[in-house]
Amino acid sequence: MSHAEDHEGTRRDFLYYVAGGAGVVATGAAVWPLINQMNPSADVQALSSIRTDVSGVEPGTQLTVKWLGKPVFIRHRTGAEIADAQQQDEEAVGNLPDPLARNFNLNPDAPATDANRVMPSPEGEAAGAWIVQMGVCTHLGCVPLGDAGDFGGWFCPCHGSHYDLAGRIRKGPAPENLPVPPVEWVDATTIKLG
Amino acid sequence: MSGIPHDHYEPKSNGEKWLNSRLPIVGLLYDTLMIPTPKNLNWWWIWGIVLAFCLALQIVTGIVLVMHYTPHVDLAFASIEHIMRNVNGGYMLRYIHMNGASLFFVAVYIHIFRGLFYGSYKAPREITWIIGMLIYLMMMGTAFMGYVLPWGQMSFWGATVITGLFGAIPFVGEAIQTWLLGGPAVDNATLNRFFSLHYLLPFVIAALVIVHIWAFHTTGNNNPTGVEVRRGSKAEAEKDTLPFWPYFVIKDLFALAVILVVFWAIVGYMPNYLGHPDNYIEANPLVTPAHIVPEWYFLPFYAILRAFTGEVWVVQFASFITGGIVDAKFFGVIAMFGAILAMALAPWLDTSSVRSGKYRPMFKWWFYLLIIDFFALMWLGAMPAEEPYATFSLIASAYWFAYFFVILPILGVIEKPLAQPETIEEDFNAHYGKADADATPAE
Repeated sequence: MSHAEDHEGTRRDFLYYVAGGAGVVATGAAVWPLINQMNPSADVQALSSIRTDVSGVEPGTQLTVKWLGKPVFIRHRTGAEIADAQQQDEEAVGNLPDPLARNFNLNPDAPATDANRVMPSPEGEAAGAWIVQMGVCTHLGCVPLGDAGDFGGWFCPCHGSHYDLAGRIRKGPAPENLPVPPVEWVDATTIKLG
Repeated sequence: MSGIPHDHYEPKSNGEKWLNSRLPIVGLLYDTLMIPTPKNLNWWWIWGIVLAFCLALQIVTGIVLVMHYTPHVDLAFASIEHIMRNVNGGYMLRYIHMNGASLFFVAVYIHIFRGLFYGSYKAPREITWIIGMLIYLMMMGTAFMGYVLPWGQMSFWGATVITGLFGAIPFVGEAIQTWLLGGPAVDNATLNRFFSLHYLLPFVIAALVIVHIWAFHTTGNNNPTGVEVRRGSKAEAEKDTLPFWPYFVIKDLFALAVILVVFWAIVGYMPNYLGHPDNYIEANPLVTPAHIVPEWYFLPFYAILRAFTGEVWVVQFASFITGGIVDAKFFGVIAMFGAILAMALAPWLDTSSVRSGKYRPMFKWWFYLLIIDFFALMWLGAMPAEEPYATFSLIASAYWFAYFFVILPILGVIEKPLAQPETIEEDFNAHYGKADADATPAE
């Protein structure tokens, strides 16, 4: 082996490492654009905020809108549903599979109480009348069905996850509560998502 | 080369010599085609040729379908209907391609279980086995992405669920999922890249198939006795083998013809039997079909994915010792890929020195139970996620893992194998009588 005769730190060793290092860097620089091109393109990223008119959403019904390619559930609860939700709150808080509110508009460590899940109500409506959440099951991304499941909230037909009236996971394989997206009232009848 | 001794190609004419000294391709093809093959191979050994045929069939029909298909969310579904209604013979090409995928998986599952029963995965054929498993993984990826292309409801929601698996990886899952999809949800970017990869992967599979054949041509085929071909001399090897051409080619083509009769009957008379009606509804991101079911060939592993819910103690234990990093969702994903990894590890998990299941009295029954388990999982994967199916799925999944990680290692130690024939020739003569009165009996 000729290497054995080389002295350490010779000019040849130096060139060897420089050339090898440059090759590695050049390969990385060539591969990265090929990987990065698969990330979301500019037009996909641009569609990040929408406004929705909810004046036609009667109590007891739900509007599903598409935001960032995913459905968002805008639920207008009736008085009876608010009462049921508060009942469920008393039964379940402290014993939930996911104890966090998962509400983008609150602290990440806010507990999953009903009050932390709903939107602030516009003037003249009972607290807890509006709840807005992503319509994407936290298990594997199916759209849960409304007014279904063992807890009267949502039920994912794909793998049997049951969500209660506050969109909290109660039973089944889903690990987390339905996330509440960034949401606010623009006026008394318009919700802004994103 | 440590292959079985046999006659090699000798260029005769001047033209052949001219070519051979520049590119020995005729010799390569000759040696591949004339490879000595154990003469006792039974009908379970025909599926390799069926698989090669399927790959060619899918590539050829796929290439012509692409001439009419449009990979765009607004046009994909309509372009499939265009193929079905307007393109000359288009409905037939698409039905062949659709059902060709099913034939491909029927063949690969029989081929894999053939290997599991006769110990084809054992030394020195581990590399052949591992490459086969890689081909199988690529087949699954290709089939999955192909199923997304018609952009029906099952396409869309299947893609959502399966790419969601990657989202379950702790910490980096969401970033990986977004990267795979090219956006926050399955959309046009996803459809386009799946189309690109669906076109690419079959050629990668074709390359791996060549390596697969190269590997088992080096070690020689396994055979129903699991006894190796004698390699002491060419004369000795010829007592155990026959050349691949014409003996096995004709046999395999006959089997292929019989299988194709069934295949054409399905393509012609019940082309949608194995599909889902929901996939004839265009994809809608706001409505999930009531019951998302993958294609039949994914069902066993889909059942394993769903079996491990948060109520299972193993899942709770895994969650506890990892401080919650491994949750029920991630556990299911690990279990599903682990079920395939378990098969890939079979060469090192099976401790028995006997290859063929024919001579393993205890192994046999556990193997038959594995076959039943496979079909049970397939059935359970198609059932809704509720009791009693959830419990059955858990039991069936547990057996799958137990077979590979507990039963195979233990059986090799406690089982007393039956006597194996000394040579392939001896086994062959015992079944078919002496082909040649001059043949010397095995020592």
